[in-house]
Amino acid sequence: MPAVEGLFTLDGDEPRLIGGRVPGTESYFFPRHLGGADPRVGPVELEEVLLSRRGRVWSYTTSHYPPPPPFVVTSEPYEPITVAAVELEDERMVVLGQCIAGVGPDDLEVGMEVELTTDILYSDDDHDYLVWKWRPVAPADREG
Amino acid sequence: MDEIAVLGAGMHPWGKWGRNFTEYGVAAARDALTDAGVDYADVGFVSGAVTVRCGYPGYVAGSTFARALGFTGAQLASSYSACASGATALQVARGQILSGASDVALVVGADTTPKGFLAPHEGRRPDDLDWLRFHLVGATNPVYFGLHARRRMDLYGATTDDFAMVKVKNSHHGAHNPNARFTKEYGLDDVRNSPVVSDPLRLLDICATSDGGAALVVSSMEWARDHGHRDPVRVAGISTVSPTYPDPVIDLPYLATDSLAGSAAATVGFKESIGARAYTEAGLGPADVDVAEVYDLSSAMELDWYEQLGFCAAGEAERLLRDGDTAIGGRLPVNPSGGLGAFGEAVPAQAIAQVCELVWQLRGTAGARQVEGARVGITVNQGLFGHGSSVILRR
Repeated sequence: MPAVEGLFTLDGDEPRLIGGRVPGTESYFFPRHLGGADPRVGPVELEEVLLSRRGRVWSYTTSHYPPPPPFVVTSEPYEPITVAAVELEDERMVVLGQCIAGVGPDDLEVGMEVELTTDILYSDDDHDYLVWKWRPVAPADREG
Repeated sequence: MDEIAVLGAGMHPWGKWGRNFTEYGVAAARDALTDAGVDYADVGFVSGAVTVRCGYPGYVAGSTFARALGFTGAQLASSYSACASGATALQVARGQILSGASDVALVVGADTTPKGFLAPHEGRRPDDLDWLRFHLVGATNPVYFGLHARRRMDLYGATTDDFAMVKVKNSHHGAHNPNARFTKEYGLDDVRNSPVVSDPLRLLDICATSDGGAALVVSSMEWARDHGHRDPVRVAGISTVSPTYPDPVIDLPYLATDSLAGSAAATVGFKESIGARAYTEAGLGPADVDVAEVYDLSSAMELDWYEQLGFCAAGEAERLLRDGDTAIGGRLPVNPSGGLGAFGEAVPAQAIAQVCELVWQLRGTAGARQVEGARVGITVNQGLFGHGSSVILRR
């Protein structure tokens, strides 16, 4: 199950972030209800849209110290996590996310193509709690 | 914009003292009143910068400081805008003075900080972006600093040694500051050998969190003149701007930026707009600035500010640094106080402390860290959730 409801879909190999859009425009927001608003339009209900799965790395960093709660550290000893800021292809908005395990700064560069996947954020006795993460696009699938 | 006078500046030294934040605020306030030669009974307005880490007394900081100094019936306000709180408190005081409601105001900020990363409040709060960024992404404050530092390396060819050189420069400045917490003079190897926190930034590239307090006594120009202050340092501009939609730069504490799919980015970026507003109010520009105090939450961030304040074009900050322009003795010294690298951040006090340093610089009383002949100074700072802050002082 998702670690937090309503932020992304869990459709097999092709998860998507759930964003908002001002109806009839190209103004997108993420998360839908917490992503701000376009001041040029009046009060409107944002329509729910699924955001593009691919984008290009805007920047990235690796945390060598475990983040404090409410982050849940799952590895002992702590394995550094890498975070990427990714500019989505269609929406041209930058979205943060962890990279999948095994991807570090040496595997990334600004402008590199990545795609959305899901992974376990943490688990308890009953469930695995999932989150979106970025993974490099396999060379054969890249758009160049 | 009409000006107000800065009559006094005071600080309680930064450290990890672990005492009640009120003590630091009161010590700084008394220091500022003594410096100003102003009787506390003449203060008609107490403007507190809020701390959210010290319980209810922190939320009503203006009242907490006023009561600890002794209630006099003065009017009160307490302002919170994260790291920009001190500038907001000064702006509220300026409004009070320029409206004619008060002649003299006391602006105070102080904090007692926990050890380690600043983290969100406890409890499960999925409607709170500050909670979501920690829970889902592990995006601490240094994660955002690291993203911007890496971007700078990629766009402009900055090196980790450039970032380290900022820390080295500021540590040489801070060594002469009795209010600084860290007064050791670091070399490049010290920074290079410190552990990586958020790649590419190392421990010595990132500011700590500290206890400390800072205060200012400000008044109308008329009151200053009538009470024998012939040539006071003046507040010529204050900016507390927010971003303009659509803002394409990811920043604390957000998970995503606005979208550029449907419209171009604002012509002036958020960070650039912070100083721009202060320059406009003051009728001054970057070429007029003699000294600056900028928010070096990370060493790399100091370089960003050189460009965002118009000291040089985008991508040229490393050259300014390498040429020694921004060291004391250079063309435009930046962070003569030692900056956050030498202080560590005491959130509600820090923007006020930046102004204190410029007051002493413009008076020519900064001792071994004096910037010769300084007449115009600018501070810049940014609080999370879109709080810009910049203050221009002149003499």
